[in-house]
Amino acid sequence: MILFLPVFLPLLTIVLLLLVRKKLHAQQWISVLASLAQLVVAVQLLVSVYTSGPMVAQAGSWQAPFGITFYADLFSAIMLVTVALLGFILVFYAIGLLDNERKRNSFFVLLQGLFAGVNGSFLTGDLFNLYVWFEVMVIASFVLITLGGTKDQLKGSVKYVVMNLLGSTFFVIAIGLIYGQTGTLNMADLAQKIANQDPGAVTGSAFMLFFVAFGIKAAVFPFYFWLPASYPSAPSPVFAFFAATLTKVGVYVIIRFYALFIGSEIEFWQQIVFVIAAFTMVSGVLMAASSFDIRKILSFHIISQIGYMVMGVGIFTITGLGGAIYFLVHNMLSKTAAIMSGGLVNQMKGSYNLKNLGYIYKEKPLLAFLFLIPALSLAGIPPTPGFYGKLFLIYGGFEAGNIVITIIAILVSVLTLFSMVKIWNEAFWKKPAEETDSKPVSNMAYSATAALVVVLLLFGFATFLLADVFFEASAQVMDKEFYINNVLKITAP
Amino acid sequence: MLLVLAIVIGLLFSIAVYLLLRRSIVKLVLGIIFLSYGTNLLLFVTGGLQSGKPAFVPADGIVQISEVSDPLPQALILTALVIGFGVAAFALVLIYRFYKETGTVDMDELAGGDPS
Repeated sequence: MILFLPVFLPLLTIVLLLLVRKKLHAQQWISVLASLAQLVVAVQLLVSVYTSGPMVAQAGSWQAPFGITFYADLFSAIMLVTVALLGFILVFYAIGLLDNERKRNSFFVLLQGLFAGVNGSFLTGDLFNLYVWFEVMVIASFVLITLGGTKDQLKGSVKYVVMNLLGSTFFVIAIGLIYGQTGTLNMADLAQKIANQDPGAVTGSAFMLFFVAFGIKAAVFPFYFWLPASYPSAPSPVFAFFAATLTKVGVYVIIRFYALFIGSEIEFWQQIVFVIAAFTMVSGVLMAASSFDIRKILSFHIISQIGYMVMGVGIFTITGLGGAIYFLVHNMLSKTAAIMSGGLVNQMKGSYNLKNLGYIYKEKPLLAFLFLIPALSLAGIPPTPGFYGKLFLIYGGFEAGNIVITIIAILVSVLTLFSMVKIWNEAFWKKPAEETDSKPVSNMAYSATAALVVVLLLFGFATFLLADVFFEASAQVMDKEFYINNVLKITAP
Repeated sequence: MLLVLAIVIGLLFSIAVYLLLRRSIVKLVLGIIFLSYGTNLLLFVTGGLQSGKPAFVPADGIVQISEVSDPLPQALILTALVIGFGVAAFALVLIYRFYKETGTVDMDELAGGDPS
C-alpha cells in the first residue's frame, strides 16, 4: 500500500486545501505538513526498496498485464525522495517569496497536483497510466505558469502549452499504435513481447513518436525552444519547481524506455541519442553564454545539463547510466538552489538583468555564497556533487569507448564554468553602473535556500557512501529481465 | 470502413496541422482541438473495427471472444476525451486572457516577448 501513498497523499492534500480555500495560513500549514509527510513516505519507500528489493502493487487487484501496475525500484525511489525533499524545501521558499495574490489563487493546490503527477509518473508501470500522470502534471503546470497573468507570462505560456500538448498528442498516438500491434499496455508485458524481435514499421515508428514526445517534455535538441521562452517568465518559486521536476520526469521516462524497449536496435538508437546529446549540451551552453539575464542563463543551462543525462543514457553501461542517475539528482538539487538564490537576488534588487546588478557580495556575502556553491556544482568543481556526476559520466564514456561525445562533454563543462563565472562577476562582484537601494529579503526564503545548499554540500561529501546506491539503481534499470520478472511474478498462479 | 476512418483521421490531422501553422491564436486552439479528435479516432481504430459487436459481456454468461469488441480502446478514448476537454477549456481561457492583455490575436506578438 505504501506504493500508492506518494500519489494518494498529494491528492488528499488537494481536497484538504480546497476545504480551506479562503484561509491562507491554514493552506500554508497544510502544505508544509503534507510535504513533510511525502518526504517521510518517500524515504521509507527508499529504505525498504534498498533493503528488500523492488516493490510491486496492482491497482484494484487486477493481475499484472491487465490491471494498472505500480512499480518502485531503486531508481524510482531515489527520484521520489529527491522530489519530495525539494518539495519540502521549496514550499517554505514559496511561502516566503511568492506574492499573496498568487498564493490565494490556489498556488498550493496546484503544487500538490504537480507532485501527484510527478510521483505517479515515477511509479507507474503502465503506458496509458503514464500518459494520465503526465497530463495531471502538465495541466497543473499550465495553470502554475500562467498564474498571475502578466503579459510576459501569457506570451511564454502560449508556447509552453502548445508544445507540451503536441508532445502529449504524440505520446497518445504512439500508445495507440503500440496497443494495436501488441495488445498490451503493461510495460513489463510489452518489454517481454517485443524483446529480441524486429520491431517492424508500426512499432518502430511508435517508438520514434515516444522519443519525440519525451524529447519535448525533457527539452532536448531540437525540441527545447519552448523552455527558455516560458520558464523565465514565471515567478522564481514556480521556476524552481519546474526546473526541479518537469524536464527531469521526461529524462526519467527516456531512461526507463531505453532500458526496457530498445533491444536489437540499440546501435541505431545509440547514434541518435549521442548526436542529440551533443547538440543539446553544446547549443544550450552557447546560448547561456550569450545571455545577460540570470533566469535566461539558468534556463539555457537546464537544457545543456539535460544533454549530459541523455549522454549517460547513450553510454548505457552501469557506470554511464549510474552517472546519469547521479547527475539527474545532483542537477535537480543544484539547479533548484541556483534558481532560488537568483530569485533572492531579484527580490533584493528588483532585477534579473546582469547589467543592472552588482556589489551583492559586498552587501550580502552569505547570499553570494549561496549562489556560488550551486554554481560551482553546475560547473563541476570538486567537492560539489556536480564534479562527481561529471566524473562518473566521463569515466563511463571513456570506459565504453565513446570518445567523441565524452570530449564534447568535457569542453561543454568549461563553457558552463564560463557562464557561471559571468553571473558571479556581473551580479556579485562588479561595481554596478548606478547604486540601487536594496529591498529586504524574505527570511524564510533565505533560510530555505541555505538549507538546500547545505543538503547539496552534504550530498557531495557523502558521495563516497552513496555512489554504490546509484550504481545499484543503474544495474536494476539496465536489467530488463529483472523488471519483467518482478512485475509479472505476482500473476503466476 | 477502415479505409474511410483512415481518410477521416488523415483529414483531421491535416486540418489540425494547417490550423496550428496559422498566425491567429484562435486557429491555434482550434488546431489543438482537431488534433485531439484525430488522436481519439486513431485510438479507436487501433482496437480493431468490428461492427455489431458490443464491448461488454452479457450478465448471464460466457461469450465467445470473437463476439465482443475490445473494450479497452473505448476506455482509453473516454479518458483522453476528458483530458482533451479540460485542456481545451484551459486553452480557451488562456487565449481570452491573451487577447485582453495584448489586444490582438496575432501570434507575431509572441515574438520578442521573451523576458530579457
